[in-house]
Amino acid sequence: MARRITNRRKVVISLIAWSIALALFFPILWTFLTSFKTEGDAVATPPQFLFFHWTTENYIEVQARSDYFLHFFNSVVIAVGSTLIGLAIAIPAAWAMAFASTKRTKDILMWMLSTKMMPPVGALIPIYLIFRNMGLLDSRWGLVGVLTLINLPIIVWMLYTYFKEIPGEILEAARMDGASLMKEIVYVLTPMAVPGIASTLLLNIILAWNEAFWTLNLSTSEAAPLTTFIASYSSPEGLFYAKLSAASTMAIAPILILGWFSQKQLVRGLTFGAVK
Amino acid sequence: MATFHTRSAARLMMAPSVLLLFAWMIVPLATTIYFSTLNYNLLSPGDHAFLGITNYQYFLTDPAFFDALINTLLLVGGVLFITIIGGIGFALLLDQQIYGQGIVRILAIAPFFVMPTVAALVWKNMFMNPVNGLFAYFFRLAGMEPLDWLASIPLFSIIIIVAWQWLPFATLILLTSLQSLDEEQKEAAEMDGASAFSRFIYLTLPHMARAITVVILIETIFLLSVFAEILVTTNGGPGTDSTNLTYLIYSQALLQFDIGGASAGGIVAVILANIVAIFLVRIVGKNLEA
Repeated sequence: MARRITNRRKVVISLIAWSIALALFFPILWTFLTSFKTEGDAVATPPQFLFFHWTTENYIEVQARSDYFLHFFNSVVIAVGSTLIGLAIAIPAAWAMAFASTKRTKDILMWMLSTKMMPPVGALIPIYLIFRNMGLLDSRWGLVGVLTLINLPIIVWMLYTYFKEIPGEILEAARMDGASLMKEIVYVLTPMAVPGIASTLLLNIILAWNEAFWTLNLSTSEAAPLTTFIASYSSPEGLFYAKLSAASTMAIAPILILGWFSQKQLVRGLTFGAVK
Repeated sequence: MATFHTRSAARLMMAPSVLLLFAWMIVPLATTIYFSTLNYNLLSPGDHAFLGITNYQYFLTDPAFFDALINTLLLVGGVLFITIIGGIGFALLLDQQIYGQGIVRILAIAPFFVMPTVAALVWKNMFMNPVNGLFAYFFRLAGMEPLDWLASIPLFSIIIIVAWQWLPFATLILLTSLQSLDEEQKEAAEMDGASAFSRFIYLTLPHMARAITVVILIETIFLLSVFAEILVTTNGGPGTDSTNLTYLIYSQALLQFDIGGASAGGIVAVILANIVAIFLVRIVGKNLEA
């Protein structure tokens, strides 16, 4: 008897949870479906859910008309480039903070966090003018530089929380055995730190991929990543829902897949290790 | 000796990060402060006369500033309200035994990974459009006049779009925190005859307090700077109905080319963000130490 009630409870709770999850996911599903419709079907009344004429024409047209792959490539260069450079700068810093911490380490970490709180619009004007004067507007490397800097605090914090969990005794043992600093890093620390570094890499690629303040303001066409590319669909001519959907699907699909793999790291990374 | 070496090595290793971030913070800030005292418009070349605090006076007395300030607060507050309440509810639900929990989680977290421009355009066109949007279709089904969401209730519509992006984030963090709650404590409370409601108020909620403050802190940082969603949906309009501080300063600088005025606005935004930050870090700090 009791068991049946529990089962019924489980069914009811499952139904509610599934409904909410599907409602949250629906805009993405709808975009995906619309991307395979003709423009006519995309705005048909009543809305066509599954039984329409499926076509991949939109994808071909988006590529042909606006060179999707160029923008995809820009997104990859900007997201991966800024993350890798950020890691190269942050790994030594996080290592030092985790294993040779002083009284000031915590202050430095808090200060780094506080730089994240500065609204980007406070820095927009000088950066925009510097970029304009140096010919960096609409250049990939300019964006790589800016995104490296804005994500640097998060990278340092994430790495720090991971490194902090590596037992310091192992390093001391290696040091006793006469390992130099270089050897200590290469043979002892790196293998233990790789999972943390990988998580940091993943999360920061996602953050950089979706960054839409600096990319929108500092790029227009040649260096435009997908965020800027999609924004150009905001003032369309004629029927365009299906093409907008195709472009959107291609812009979010890669990161959605990466994101699903990184749920756990996401919590930890974005909460600066406060929630695990 | 060893410690001395380690210390100087540590300093050397921290130097690039610290110096870069310091430069990233101080150079734009100093330049913005400097610009904010000048009569500097990109359309009128030549000398930039020193104005003192005139730009600030103009910016702060501009009715658009007050509107933008209110809109910013409404946007941050509205999204926080929806995502915290909704997130707690949804996390409590997902913490139960349900069929296919893994898939439910994957579906529910997805909106967080959608880039802001895509989220805004999809909602704007395929849902909120008064002619072809799905909402319009359902309104007509129900025999009502379709609503032109972004024209008649622009700020609320943007709040919906942004909340859709952040609800999964809040849910995920709160769920992670819920899952670390000790089962035995829950069972003990149940055995002692505590009702579900009082178990929630006296056990679950205090346990989640830390996660909730963290969600508030992080969302606030990002929500104060919402930009793309406004740019591609309403351009801040109609009038200033959906202009937040970030968008106001952007339009003053890059659409009206008033570098001096926009810089003053930028400094005002930095000061306001700092007030919020100090306030938040205090609360969060207290919660984090415990």
